[in-house]
Amino acid sequence: MAVMNNKQQTNQSHYSKRNVWSGFLFGVGIAAFIDEVVFHLILQWHHFYDKSTLHIGLLSDGIFHAFGWFATIGGSFLLADVNRRHAFAPVKWWGGVLIGLGGFQLYDGTVHHKVMQLHQIRYVDNLIIYDLVWNILAIIMLLIGLFLVFKTRSRLQPVGSVTDEQP
Amino acid sequence: MNSHSNMHSTVHSLSGGMPQFFLGLFFILALVFYILAVVLSNKRYQPWPVKRTILWLFGILFAAASLLGPIAERAHTNFTAHMVGHLLLGMLAPLLMALASPMALLLRTLPVAKARNLTRLLKSWPSRMYTNPVIASLLNIGGLWLLYTTPLYSLMHESMWIYVLIHLHIFVAGYLFTVSMIYIDPVSHRTPFLYRAIVLTIALAGHGILSKYIYAHPPVGVPQYQAELGSMIMYYGGDVIDCAIIFMLCLQWYRSTRPRATVSANSTAN
Repeated sequence: MAVMNNKQQTNQSHYSKRNVWSGFLFGVGIAAFIDEVVFHLILQWHHFYDKSTLHIGLLSDGIFHAFGWFATIGGSFLLADVNRRHAFAPVKWWGGVLIGLGGFQLYDGTVHHKVMQLHQIRYVDNLIIYDLVWNILAIIMLLIGLFLVFKTRSRLQPVGSVTDEQP
Repeated sequence: MNSHSNMHSTVHSLSGGMPQFFLGLFFILALVFYILAVVLSNKRYQPWPVKRTILWLFGILFAAASLLGPIAERAHTNFTAHMVGHLLLGMLAPLLMALASPMALLLRTLPVAKARNLTRLLKSWPSRMYTNPVIASLLNIGGLWLLYTTPLYSLMHESMWIYVLIHLHIFVAGYLFTVSMIYIDPVSHRTPFLYRAIVLTIALAGHGILSKYIYAHPPVGVPQYQAELGSMIMYYGGDVIDCAIIFMLCLQWYRSTRPRATVSANSTAN
Protein backbone atom coordinates (compact mmCIF):
# COMPACT_ATOMS: atom_id res chain seq x y z
CA MET A 1 0.00 0.00 0.00
CA ALA A 2 2.82 2.35 0.91
CA VAL A 3 4.52 1.41 -2.33
CA MET A 4 1.33 2.18 -4.20
CA ASN A 5 1.01 5.58 -2.55
CA ASN A 6 4.57 6.38 -3.37
CA LYS A 7 4.02 5.34 -6.94
CA GLN A 8 0.86 7.38 -7.09
CA GLN A 9 2.76 10.44 -5.93
CA THR A 10 5.54 9.99 -8.48
CA ASN A 11 2.94 9.57 -11.19
CA GLN A 12 1.10 12.66 -9.98
CA SER A 13 4.24 14.73 -10.23
CA HIS A 14 5.08 13.27 -13.66
CA TYR A 15 1.63 14.04 -14.95
CA SER A 16 0.94 17.21 -12.96
CA LYS A 17 0.80 19.26 -16.14
CA ARG A 18 -1.58 16.81 -17.73
CA ASN A 19 -3.86 17.15 -14.67
CA VAL A 20 -3.95 20.91 -15.07
CA TRP A 21 -4.45 20.69 -18.84
CA SER A 22 -7.25 18.18 -18.46
CA GLY A 23 -8.99 20.42 -15.90
CA PHE A 24 -8.39 23.55 -17.96
CA LEU A 25 -9.82 22.05 -21.15
CA PHE A 26 -12.74 20.61 -19.25
CA GLY A 27 -13.38 24.01 -17.61
CA VAL A 28 -13.34 25.85 -20.94
CA GLY A 29 -15.65 23.22 -22.39
CA ILE A 30 -18.10 23.41 -19.51
CA ALA A 31 -18.15 27.21 -19.68
CA ALA A 32 -18.88 27.08 -23.42
CA PHE A 33 -21.51 24.39 -22.84
CA ILE A 34 -23.29 26.37 -20.08
CA ASP A 35 -23.16 29.48 -22.25
CA GLU A 36 -24.73 27.64 -25.17
CA VAL A 37 -27.32 25.55 -23.35
CA VAL A 38 -28.34 27.77 -20.43
CA PHE A 39 -27.95 31.31 -21.78
CA HIS A 40 -28.69 30.71 -25.50
CA LEU A 41 -31.18 27.85 -25.56
CA ILE A 42 -32.97 27.71 -22.19
CA LEU A 43 -33.04 31.29 -20.89
CA GLN A 44 -32.68 32.76 -24.40
CA TRP A 45 -30.93 35.83 -22.94
CA HIS A 46 -28.13 35.63 -25.51
CA HIS A 47 -29.00 36.09 -29.16
CA PHE A 48 -27.90 33.64 -31.87
CA TYR A 49 -26.91 36.60 -34.01
CA ASP A 50 -26.65 40.28 -33.20
CA LYS A 51 -26.56 42.79 -36.05
CA SER A 52 -23.89 44.88 -34.32
CA THR A 53 -21.42 41.96 -34.30
CA LEU A 54 -18.06 42.73 -35.87
CA HIS A 55 -16.70 40.21 -38.40
CA ILE A 56 -13.86 39.37 -36.07
CA GLY A 57 -16.46 38.61 -33.42
CA LEU A 58 -18.13 36.00 -35.62
CA LEU A 59 -14.70 34.45 -36.26
CA SER A 60 -13.76 34.36 -32.59
CA ASP A 61 -17.17 32.99 -31.62
CA GLY A 62 -16.91 30.23 -34.23
CA ILE A 63 -13.45 29.18 -33.11
CA PHE A 64 -14.36 29.18 -29.42
CA HIS A 65 -17.59 27.32 -30.09
CA ALA A 66 -15.76 24.56 -32.00
CA PHE A 67 -12.92 24.53 -29.48
CA GLY A 68 -15.46 24.25 -26.64
CA TRP A 69 -16.69 20.88 -27.86
CA PHE A 70 -13.17 19.67 -28.42
CA ALA A 71 -12.13 20.87 -24.98
CA THR A 72 -14.97 19.09 -23.17
CA ILE A 73 -14.40 15.76 -24.89
CA GLY A 74 -10.59 16.01 -25.07
CA GLY A 75 -10.41 17.13 -21.42
CA SER A 76 -12.50 14.13 -20.35
CA PHE A 77 -10.23 11.72 -22.22
CA LEU A 78 -7.15 13.35 -20.65
CA LEU A 79 -8.79 12.86 -17.24
CA ALA A 80 -9.40 9.19 -18.04
CA ASP A 81 -5.75 8.99 -19.12
CA VAL A 82 -4.26 10.41 -15.89
CA ASN A 83 -6.66 8.24 -13.94
CA ARG A 84 -5.56 4.99 -15.62
CA ARG A 85 -1.95 6.02 -14.88
CA HIS A 86 -2.90 6.40 -11.20
CA ALA A 87 -1.86 10.03 -11.47
CA PHE A 88 -5.10 11.89 -10.80
CA ALA A 89 -4.43 14.92 -8.58
CA PRO A 90 -7.89 16.30 -7.66
CA VAL A 91 -6.82 19.71 -6.34
CA LYS A 92 -4.68 20.40 -9.36
CA TRP A 93 -7.43 19.22 -11.67
CA TRP A 94 -10.05 21.43 -10.02
CA GLY A 95 -7.59 24.32 -10.17
CA GLY A 96 -7.38 23.75 -13.91
CA VAL A 97 -11.17 23.58 -14.19
CA LEU A 98 -11.58 26.93 -12.41
CA ILE A 99 -8.89 28.57 -14.56
CA GLY A 100 -10.65 27.31 -17.68
CA LEU A 101 -14.11 28.33 -16.50
CA GLY A 102 -13.04 31.75 -15.25
CA GLY A 103 -10.70 32.42 -18.14
CA PHE A 104 -13.29 31.64 -20.79
CA GLN A 105 -16.04 33.54 -18.99
CA LEU A 106 -13.80 36.59 -18.60
CA TYR A 107 -12.84 36.49 -22.29
CA ASP A 108 -16.48 36.03 -23.25
CA GLY A 109 -17.63 38.81 -20.92
CA THR A 110 -15.03 41.36 -21.98
CA VAL A 111 -13.77 40.64 -25.50
CA HIS A 112 -16.82 38.88 -26.98
CA HIS A 113 -19.59 40.91 -25.38
CA LYS A 114 -17.95 44.31 -25.10
CA VAL A 115 -15.17 44.66 -27.69
CA MET A 116 -16.62 42.52 -30.49
CA GLN A 117 -20.28 43.19 -29.66
CA LEU A 118 -21.16 39.55 -30.30
CA HIS A 119 -24.30 39.80 -28.21
CA GLN A 120 -25.10 41.11 -24.74
CA ILE A 121 -25.67 38.99 -21.65
CA ARG A 122 -29.29 40.06 -21.59
CA TYR A 123 -31.16 42.67 -23.57
CA VAL A 124 -32.30 44.87 -20.65
CA ASP A 125 -31.71 48.43 -19.36
CA ASN A 126 -29.47 47.75 -16.38
CA LEU A 127 -27.05 45.62 -18.41
CA ILE A 128 -24.08 46.96 -16.42
CA ILE A 129 -25.14 44.91 -13.38
CA TYR A 130 -25.17 41.71 -15.45
CA ASP A 131 -21.78 42.60 -16.90
CA LEU A 132 -20.31 43.26 -13.46
CA VAL A 133 -21.65 40.03 -11.91
CA TRP A 134 -20.54 38.01 -14.96
CA ASN A 135 -16.99 39.35 -15.03
CA ILE A 136 -16.38 39.56 -11.28
CA LEU A 137 -17.49 35.94 -10.94
CA ALA A 138 -15.11 35.06 -13.74
CA ILE A 139 -12.20 36.81 -12.02
CA ILE A 140 -12.95 35.09 -8.70
CA MET A 141 -12.99 31.64 -10.35
CA LEU A 142 -9.79 32.44 -12.23
CA LEU A 143 -8.01 33.58 -9.05
CA ILE A 144 -9.11 30.55 -7.00
CA GLY A 145 -8.00 28.28 -9.86
CA LEU A 146 -4.60 29.94 -10.09
CA PHE A 147 -4.24 29.74 -6.31
CA LEU A 148 -5.00 25.98 -6.27
CA VAL A 149 -2.60 25.21 -9.10
CA PHE A 150 0.11 27.37 -7.57
CA LYS A 151 -0.38 25.93 -4.08
CA THR A 152 -0.12 22.30 -5.20
CA ARG A 153 2.86 23.07 -7.37
CA SER A 154 5.37 23.36 -4.54
CA ARG A 155 3.96 20.33 -2.71
CA LEU A 156 3.96 17.90 -5.61
CA GLN A 157 7.08 19.05 -7.38
CA PRO A 158 10.07 18.90 -5.07
CA VAL A 159 12.90 21.13 -6.24
CA GLY A 160 15.11 19.41 -8.77
CA SER A 161 12.65 16.66 -9.73
CA VAL A 162 12.16 15.85 -13.35
CA THR A 163 8.58 16.68 -14.29
CA ASP A 164 8.55 16.73 -18.02
CA GLU A 165 9.32 13.08 -18.53
CA GLN A 166 7.52 11.66 -21.52
CA PRO A 167 5.05 8.84 -20.97
CA MET B 1 -42.15 36.05 -54.77
CA ASN B 2 -41.76 35.80 -58.51
CA SER B 3 -38.38 34.12 -58.34
CA HIS B 4 -39.72 31.82 -55.68
CA SER B 5 -42.66 30.54 -57.72
CA ASN B 6 -40.39 30.38 -60.73
CA MET B 7 -37.98 28.17 -58.87
CA HIS B 8 -40.87 26.03 -57.80
CA SER B 9 -42.07 25.35 -61.33
CA THR B 10 -38.59 24.61 -62.73
CA VAL B 11 -37.92 22.29 -59.89
CA HIS B 12 -41.20 20.53 -60.22
CA SER B 13 -40.23 19.32 -63.64
CA LEU B 14 -36.92 18.07 -62.23
CA SER B 15 -38.25 16.49 -59.12
CA GLY B 16 -39.85 13.53 -60.84
CA GLY B 17 -36.77 12.10 -62.25
CA MET B 18 -33.28 12.23 -63.56
CA PRO B 19 -31.16 13.79 -60.79
CA GLN B 20 -32.79 11.66 -58.13
CA PHE B 21 -32.35 8.63 -60.33
CA PHE B 22 -28.60 9.17 -60.83
CA LEU B 23 -27.91 9.95 -57.21
CA GLY B 24 -30.19 7.21 -55.95
CA LEU B 25 -28.50 4.69 -58.24
CA PHE B 26 -25.11 5.62 -56.81
CA PHE B 27 -26.22 4.76 -53.29
CA ILE B 28 -28.24 1.68 -54.23
CA LEU B 29 -25.16 0.27 -56.03
CA ALA B 30 -23.03 1.11 -52.99
CA LEU B 31 -25.39 -0.94 -50.82
CA VAL B 32 -25.58 -3.87 -53.26
CA PHE B 33 -21.79 -4.04 -53.69
CA TYR B 34 -21.17 -3.83 -49.95
CA ILE B 35 -23.52 -6.73 -49.18
CA LEU B 36 -22.13 -8.73 -52.10
CA ALA B 37 -18.59 -8.18 -50.79
CA VAL B 38 -19.63 -9.28 -47.30
CA VAL B 39 -21.19 -12.49 -48.63
CA LEU B 40 -18.23 -13.30 -50.90
CA SER B 41 -15.46 -12.55 -48.42
CA ASN B 42 -17.21 -14.40 -45.60
CA LYS B 43 -16.63 -17.60 -47.55
CA ARG B 44 -12.87 -17.21 -47.20
CA TYR B 45 -12.37 -15.25 -43.99
CA GLN B 46 -13.93 -14.78 -40.57
CA PRO B 47 -17.43 -13.31 -40.72
CA TRP B 48 -17.44 -9.58 -41.39
CA PRO B 49 -18.86 -7.82 -38.26
CA VAL B 50 -22.64 -7.45 -38.62
CA LYS B 51 -22.34 -4.08 -36.83
CA ARG B 52 -20.47 -2.68 -39.84
CA THR B 53 -23.06 -3.86 -42.34
CA ILE B 54 -25.74 -2.19 -40.21
CA LEU B 55 -23.73 1.06 -40.09
CA TRP B 56 -23.39 0.97 -43.87
CA LEU B 57 -27.10 0.26 -44.30
CA PHE B 58 -28.09 3.22 -42.11
CA GLY B 59 -25.56 5.44 -43.86
CA ILE B 60 -27.17 4.57 -47.20
CA LEU B 61 -30.67 5.05 -45.78
CA PHE B 62 -29.89 8.54 -44.45
CA ALA B 63 -28.23 9.52 -47.73
CA ALA B 64 -31.23 8.19 -49.65
CA ALA B 65 -33.64 10.02 -47.35
CA SER B 66 -31.93 13.29 -48.28
CA LEU B 67 -32.24 12.56 -52.02
CA LEU B 68 -35.58 10.79 -52.36
CA GLY B 69 -38.88 11.10 -50.55
CA PRO B 70 -40.46 13.94 -48.58
CA ILE B 71 -37.30 15.74 -47.38
CA ALA B 72 -35.89 15.83 -50.92
CA GLU B 73 -39.20 17.02 -52.36
CA ARG B 74 -39.47 19.86 -49.88
CA ALA B 75 -35.75 20.72 -50.13
CA HIS B 76 -36.29 22.14 -53.61
CA THR B 77 -38.45 24.95 -52.32
CA ASN B 78 -37.72 25.01 -48.62
CA PHE B 79 -34.28 25.97 -47.31
CA THR B 80 -34.93 24.45 -43.90
CA ALA B 81 -35.65 21.05 -45.47
CA HIS B 82 -32.59 21.52 -47.70
CA MET B 83 -30.47 21.99 -44.57
CA VAL B 84 -31.83 18.84 -42.93
CA GLY B 85 -30.95 16.99 -46.14
CA HIS B 86 -27.49 18.57 -46.15
CA LEU B 87 -26.83 17.32 -42.60
CA LEU B 88 -27.90 13.80 -43.56
CA LEU B 89 -26.03 13.64 -46.87
CA GLY B 90 -22.90 15.61 -46.00
CA MET B 91 -22.32 14.67 -42.37
CA LEU B 92 -24.33 11.77 -40.92
CA ALA B 93 -24.24 9.39 -43.92
CA PRO B 94 -20.47 9.86 -44.49
CA LEU B 95 -19.75 9.28 -40.79
CA LEU B 96 -21.80 6.05 -40.62
CA MET B 97 -20.37 4.81 -43.91
CA ALA B 98 -16.79 5.58 -42.86
CA LEU B 99 -17.38 3.64 -39.63
CA ALA B 100 -18.48 0.68 -41.79
CA SER B 101 -14.88 0.43 -43.05
CA PRO B 102 -15.62 -0.18 -46.76
CA MET B 103 -11.97 -0.09 -47.87
CA ALA B 104 -10.95 -2.93 -45.54
CA LEU B 105 -13.92 -4.93 -46.83
CA LEU B 106 -12.95 -4.28 -50.43
CA LEU B 107 -9.33 -5.26 -49.75
CA ARG B 108 -10.30 -8.62 -48.29
CA THR B 109 -12.82 -9.31 -51.05
CA LEU B 110 -10.50 -8.66 -54.00
CA PRO B 111 -7.99 -11.26 -55.20
CA VAL B 112 -4.54 -10.59 -53.74
CA ALA B 113 -3.03 -9.12 -56.93
CA LYS B 114 -5.90 -6.70 -57.37
CA ALA B 115 -5.88 -5.83 -53.67
CA ARG B 116 -2.21 -4.91 -54.05
CA ASN B 117 -3.10 -2.60 -56.90
CA LEU B 118 -5.76 -1.00 -54.76
CA THR B 119 -3.25 -0.51 -51.94
CA ARG B 120 -0.91 1.13 -54.42
CA LEU B 121 -3.74 3.39 -55.50
CA LEU B 122 -4.47 4.31 -51.88
CA LYS B 123 -0.82 5.20 -51.38
CA SER B 124 -0.60 7.29 -54.54
CA TRP B 125 -0.24 11.05 -54.36
CA PRO B 126 -3.79 11.94 -55.42
CA SER B 127 -5.19 9.68 -52.73
CA ARG B 128 -2.82 11.20 -50.18
CA MET B 129 -3.83 14.65 -51.28
CA TYR B 130 -7.58 14.14 -51.06
CA THR B 131 -7.38 12.50 -47.64
CA ASN B 132 -5.06 15.14 -46.22
CA PRO B 133 -6.98 16.83 -43.38
CA VAL B 134 -6.36 20.35 -44.71
CA ILE B 135 -7.34 19.56 -48.31
CA ALA B 136 -10.38 17.53 -47.24
CA SER B 137 -11.50 20.36 -44.94
CA LEU B 138 -11.09 22.92 -47.72
CA LEU B 139 -13.11 20.74 -50.11
CA ASN B 140 -15.81 20.21 -47.52
CA ILE B 141 -16.18 23.57 -45.75
CA GLY B 142 -14.86 25.65 -48.66
CA GLY B 143 -17.40 23.98 -50.95
CA LEU B 144 -20.20 24.93 -48.58
CA TRP B 145 -19.05 28.56 -48.43
CA LEU B 146 -19.12 28.63 -52.23
CA LEU B 147 -22.56 27.06 -52.36
CA TYR B 148 -24.26 29.35 -49.87
CA THR B 149 -22.52 32.68 -50.43
CA THR B 150 -22.56 32.75 -54.25
CA PRO B 151 -25.40 32.40 -56.81
CA LEU B 152 -24.51 28.71 -57.00
CA TYR B 153 -27.36 27.86 -54.64
CA SER B 154 -30.04 29.26 -56.96
CA LEU B 155 -28.26 27.87 -60.07
CA MET B 156 -28.42 24.44 -58.48
CA HIS B 157 -32.21 24.52 -58.68
CA GLU B 158 -32.18 25.41 -62.35
CA SER B 159 -29.71 22.92 -63.77
CA MET B 160 -30.04 19.21 -63.27
CA TRP B 161 -26.32 18.59 -63.74
CA ILE B 162 -25.29 21.23 -61.25
CA TYR B 163 -27.77 19.69 -58.84
CA VAL B 164 -26.28 16.20 -59.28
CA LEU B 165 -22.68 17.44 -59.11
CA ILE B 166 -23.25 19.51 -55.99
CA HIS B 167 -24.99 16.71 -54.15
CA LEU B 168 -22.28 14.23 -55.09
CA HIS B 169 -19.69 16.76 -53.98
CA ILE B 170 -21.42 17.30 -50.62
CA PHE B 171 -21.36 13.57 -49.95
CA VAL B 172 -17.86 12.82 -51.27
CA ALA B 173 -16.30 15.82 -49.54
CA GLY B 174 -18.07 14.87 -46.31
CA TYR B 175 -16.73 11.33 -46.62
CA LEU B 176 -13.14 12.43 -47.35
CA PHE B 177 -13.34 14.86 -44.43
CA THR B 178 -14.46 12.10 -42.07
CA VAL B 179 -11.80 9.59 -43.15
CA SER B 180 -9.09 12.23 -43.01
CA MET B 181 -9.89 12.81 -39.32
CA ILE B 182 -10.69 9.37 -37.90
CA TYR B 183 -8.85 6.24 -38.96
CA ILE B 184 -11.21 3.30 -39.31
CA ASP B 185 -10.01 1.93 -42.65
CA PRO B 186 -6.35 1.13 -43.33
CA VAL B 187 -4.51 4.42 -43.82
CA SER B 188 -1.02 4.48 -45.25
CA HIS B 189 -0.19 8.08 -44.49
CA ARG B 190 -1.30 8.93 -40.98
CA THR B 191 -0.96 12.44 -39.62
CA PRO B 192 -0.34 13.25 -35.93
CA PHE B 193 -3.28 13.49 -33.55
CA LEU B 194 -2.67 17.11 -32.59
CA TYR B 195 -2.49 18.17 -36.23
CA ARG B 196 -5.85 16.55 -36.97
CA ALA B 197 -7.33 18.02 -33.78
CA ILE B 198 -6.31 21.56 -34.78
CA VAL B 199 -7.49 21.23 -38.38
CA LEU B 200 -10.78 19.69 -37.23
CA THR B 201 -11.39 22.56 -34.79
CA ILE B 202 -10.74 25.16 -37.50
CA ALA B 203 -12.98 23.30 -39.96
CA LEU B 204 -15.80 23.06 -37.43
CA ALA B 205 -15.39 26.76 -36.69
CA GLY B 206 -15.72 27.42 -40.44
CA HIS B 207 -18.96 25.42 -40.44
CA GLY B 208 -20.35 27.31 -37.43
CA ILE B 209 -19.38 30.71 -38.82
CA LEU B 210 -21.03 29.90 -42.15
CA SER B 211 -24.22 28.90 -40.30
CA LYS B 212 -24.37 32.27 -38.56
CA TYR B 213 -23.48 34.06 -41.78
CA ILE B 214 -26.45 32.41 -43.52
CA TYR B 215 -28.68 33.58 -40.66
CA ALA B 216 -27.84 37.17 -41.47
CA HIS B 217 -27.28 36.86 -45.24
CA PRO B 218 -29.68 34.28 -46.76
CA PRO B 219 -28.72 32.82 -50.15
CA VAL B 220 -30.50 34.40 -53.12
CA GLY B 221 -34.16 33.38 -53.28
CA VAL B 222 -34.35 32.09 -49.71
CA PRO B 223 -36.87 33.83 -47.41
CA GLN B 224 -35.49 35.22 -44.14
CA TYR B 225 -37.45 32.93 -41.79
CA GLN B 226 -36.31 29.78 -43.64
CA ALA B 227 -32.71 30.98 -43.60
CA GLU B 228 -32.89 31.60 -39.85
CA LEU B 229 -34.30 28.18 -39.03
CA GLY B 230 -32.02 26.45 -41.56
CA SER B 231 -29.01 28.24 -40.13
CA MET B 232 -29.78 27.07 -36.60
CA ILE B 233 -30.33 23.50 -37.82
CA MET B 234 -26.94 23.65 -39.55
CA TYR B 235 -25.29 25.10 -36.42
CA TYR B 236 -26.71 22.80 -33.75
CA GLY B 237 -27.24 19.73 -35.95
CA GLY B 238 -23.65 20.08 -37.12
CA ASP B 239 -22.55 20.20 -33.48
CA VAL B 240 -24.13 16.84 -32.70
CA ILE B 241 -22.31 15.07 -35.55
CA ASP B 242 -19.08 17.00 -34.92
CA CYS B 243 -19.15 15.76 -31.34
CA ALA B 244 -19.30 12.19 -32.59
CA ILE B 245 -16.23 12.81 -34.81
CA ILE B 246 -14.35 14.52 -31.96
CA PHE B 247 -15.25 11.62 -29.65
CA MET B 248 -13.94 9.03 -32.12
CA LEU B 249 -10.73 11.02 -32.67
CA CYS B 250 -10.09 11.36 -28.92
CA LEU B 251 -10.93 7.69 -28.35
CA GLN B 252 -8.32 6.72 -30.94
CA TRP B 253 -5.77 8.90 -29.16
CA TYR B 254 -6.73 7.35 -25.81
CA ARG B 255 -6.24 3.83 -27.15
CA SER B 256 -2.98 4.60 -28.92
CA THR B 257 -1.36 6.10 -25.79
CA ARG B 258 -2.30 3.16 -23.58
CA PRO B 259 0.48 2.90 -20.95
CA ARG B 260 1.75 -0.61 -21.67
CA ALA B 261 4.87 -0.36 -19.50
CA THR B 262 2.94 0.99 -16.52
CA VAL B 263 0.36 -1.75 -16.70
CA SER B 264 2.98 -4.50 -16.61
CA ALA B 265 4.87 -2.74 -13.79
CA ASN B 266 1.66 -2.58 -11.76
CA SER B 267 0.79 -6.19 -12.34
CA THR B 268 4.22 -7.33 -11.11
CA ALA B 269 3.97 -5.00 -8.08
CA ASN B 270 0.61 -6.47 -7.19
